[in-house]
Amino acid sequence: MSIQVKNISKAFGNFIALDNVSLDFPSGELVALLGPSGCGKTTLLRVIAGMEQADSGDVLLEGEDAATTHVRERQVGFVFQHYALFRHMTVFDNVAFGLRMKPRKQRLPEDKIAKKVHDLLKLVQLDWLADRFPAQLSGGQRQRIALARALAVEPRVLLLDEPFGALDAKVRKELRRWLRKLHDELHITSIFVTHDQEEALEVADRVVLMNHGKVEQVGTPEEVYAHPATPFVYGFLGSVNLFHGRVEGESVRVGDDRLPHEASELAHGAEVTAFARPHELEIIIQSESGVGIPAKVSRIFSFGLVTRVELEGTEGAINQHFEVETTRERVTELALIEGKNVRLVPSRLRVFQNQ
Amino acid sequence: MKKSSLHHVLPGFSLSMGYTLVYLSLIVLIPLSAVLIKTAHLTWEHFLSVVTAPRVMASYKLSFGASLLAGVINSIFGFILAWVLVRYRFPGRRIVDALIDLPFALPTAVAGIALTAIYSGHGWLGQYLEPLGFKIAFAPPGILIALIFIGLPFVVRTLQPILEDLEIELEEVSASLGARRWQTFFYVIFPIILPALLTGFALAFARAVGEYGSVIFIAGNIPMVSEITPLMIISKLEQYDYEGATAIALVMLVFSFILLLAINLLQAWAAKRTGRVR
Amino acid sequence: MAGTISALYKSSNKESRYESNAATREPIWIKWTLVAIALTFFAIFLLLPLVVVLVEALSKGWSVYWETLVDSETLSAVWLTLTAATIAVPLNLIFGVMAAWAIAKFDFRGKYFLITLIDLPFSVSPVVAGLIYVLVFGAQGWFGPWLAEHDIKIIFTTTGIVLATIFVTFPFIARELIPLMQAQGKEEEEAAVVLGAKGWQVFWHITLPNVKWGLIYGVILCNARAMGEFGAVSVVSGHIRGLTNTLPLQVEILYNEYQFAAAFAVASLLALLALVTLGIKTWVEFQASKTMQSVSLEHEV
Repeated sequence: MSIQVKNISKAFGNFIALDNVSLDFPSGELVALLGPSGCGKTTLLRVIAGMEQADSGDVLLEGEDAATTHVRERQVGFVFQHYALFRHMTVFDNVAFGLRMKPRKQRLPEDKIAKKVHDLLKLVQLDWLADRFPAQLSGGQRQRIALARALAVEPRVLLLDEPFGALDAKVRKELRRWLRKLHDELHITSIFVTHDQEEALEVADRVVLMNHGKVEQVGTPEEVYAHPATPFVYGFLGSVNLFHGRVEGESVRVGDDRLPHEASELAHGAEVTAFARPHELEIIIQSESGVGIPAKVSRIFSFGLVTRVELEGTEGAINQHFEVETTRERVTELALIEGKNVRLVPSRLRVFQNQ
Repeated sequence: MKKSSLHHVLPGFSLSMGYTLVYLSLIVLIPLSAVLIKTAHLTWEHFLSVVTAPRVMASYKLSFGASLLAGVINSIFGFILAWVLVRYRFPGRRIVDALIDLPFALPTAVAGIALTAIYSGHGWLGQYLEPLGFKIAFAPPGILIALIFIGLPFVVRTLQPILEDLEIELEEVSASLGARRWQTFFYVIFPIILPALLTGFALAFARAVGEYGSVIFIAGNIPMVSEITPLMIISKLEQYDYEGATAIALVMLVFSFILLLAINLLQAWAAKRTGRVR
Repeated sequence: MAGTISALYKSSNKESRYESNAATREPIWIKWTLVAIALTFFAIFLLLPLVVVLVEALSKGWSVYWETLVDSETLSAVWLTLTAATIAVPLNLIFGVMAAWAIAKFDFRGKYFLITLIDLPFSVSPVVAGLIYVLVFGAQGWFGPWLAEHDIKIIFTTTGIVLATIFVTFPFIARELIPLMQAQGKEEEEAAVVLGAKGWQVFWHITLPNVKWGLIYGVILCNARAMGEFGAVSVVSGHIRGLTNTLPLQVEILYNEYQFAAAFAVASLLALLALVTLGIKTWVEFQASKTMQSVSLEHEV
């Protein structure tokens, strides 16, 4: 089922959770709502589910206005951040709950319910836990039971609120691969909320980046990572080195120094903020004066293929910190040691005009 | 857009809220307002002469004085009881813990006659105490005993959960920083539980001021000496002096509200201090 | 009421940990001095009155005891006490559940003010509680003339006693349920609604099982107070023998007539009721802490 939200706004007192948000969620996709805490992503999810009422705007399910459809009739599966498993019921009863709550006429006979519950528990690979209580399960198991319970009522949409938020790092990784696989089998339109960019980029078909109640960018993981639309997105997706300066022809002037920057539609003299990812910064030893930012190596450490160099700005760039990712060979080649003075030149620079 | 029915995910807000407000109004608010409205019929002079009559003034002094003293005694011994119950293992701990609530469960009239039987001139303890010059029953000390009885669980039950929640780590840190045990108690433990202790005191005090059943049997009810304020209301009522009874009731109500406010503030303070949600 | 069941959330028996930990241990003489003080205070102020009631009740032998209990006035007092409790407790139970649902599961302005209002009867003197109903329904009261015209009597009748009982036990169950339901949040209920459950299904299958121990706890305390209330009932009853006397009032009448053994015999019934109440209460606390422990375990995993 496709979902559209149109011009949704929602405030809690003075706090604006959603500010005129419009989005399309095509049928069958797995979409991540990504953003820092308080950006409105969970509120948006709850508005789509019908658990929160927007102050203005519409939610369209399969093109139909859902305003008069109660949560109960929206046929959404919702997985809560802390799972909200019914603690006084067994795993089996938890999964069977939705089926048993149907009006008598639509309700399946108990043996059909049992079959269906066991099928679902098999799907989440936990059918051996049917008689346990939630308190006896690990976090990852509870997560999967919560998912099975949501799927039991055959929802048209699956909404997951920080589905891996309460798990430790290793289980998280396993579960998100598993969720991706499950989605590839079921192809049910799914939206999940997360503040972990790695999680969003790895699992989702599409990523919606939100900040301060607004949508910053929508795109595939590759798009948003490679072509961030706003400074916020650039900063939020991965580590970043940041420079404040002015556009001067083919370069950006930062203090007394110059950073090369090719094509630019920005006017001469425009105040800008420039970004470069750690792997997009080159370390050079000698340079014609004024190209690159002067800095001093403060730490070098390597794991695996990547060697990370941390630097402190010097001269005109005092009190700035930089991070460069390079290779061990390059470090040897340049004979980098801690305390050595170098210059940093971006191989690629993203420039945003200051607002 | 039809919004009202969808406003809340969970159903039943209007029903439960409506029922709550109606029932609260019928049982509590409207009858209580009768006191205000009835008193409004009195002239200010009349009201003042009733609530400041010497016998009534003597009853305030006794009620508040005895309640205050009972509250202080309960704070001290209630604290020791709570501490002992939380911290130590000793034979009979569970039974003591269960029986702390006896004053909540035992009807006040029963407590009243039992205490009288203990402390009257030829009572269980009274027969030994009166020859020594301690007249307890049918005198103000008897009232004090009754008020200690009914107030004790308030202090113990307010302190117990706070003491149980106290992080052992705090005491460990304190000890590792070189504090002696008494220093740890006075500088670390006591400040944390102080708001709860004051709350327990205020609850016991509030209950004691209004108490009737357990007191009237042991008090002797001698005018100017051992009459408590609630008894003044009763005696006015028995003389069909409804205005007088209502005027004194209003004084007690105003006092209850002030105490209730104080207790709420104390609890908010305690919640802030200990990080507990109330 | 000071002790609510939600206080059991974190309580577990740690006292052995305190005594084996050098940082939380007092010298042994301090421990036993404090225990001795506590136990003496407990014995004199709580235990002794209880023992006195039971001993005095039997001071004139079993036959006097038995005669008092089967006396027609005692039996009618038992009957009236049971009637008042059977009406007051269920009414306050319904109210408690309604109020806790509205307060714990929804957000609205003035919530804490409402809770304070619900607490109000706790801080009103029982005598004042009786008085307000006299002011409303008594011969001199607001509805007095109207009631007299229609030949309806409330004050000095069972109705008055029931009303006063409802007032003094008003907050018990609500006060128990509100913090408990607030602590449990509303996620489970929301999950149930998303899964298609209707209002009463949510309440019956999700909310009620989660608060059942708090509910029983509140009902027991409410019942104990309802059966034992003296001051408020005393004001509205009129002390009509065999008609408007509850058990506590019967104790007073017998006592004032110097029938001490009989007074204590009736009192012993109420004392036994108190002991049963404390017994059930302790059992409920034990059950609840078992459930709570499995819940807190859940948070630790």
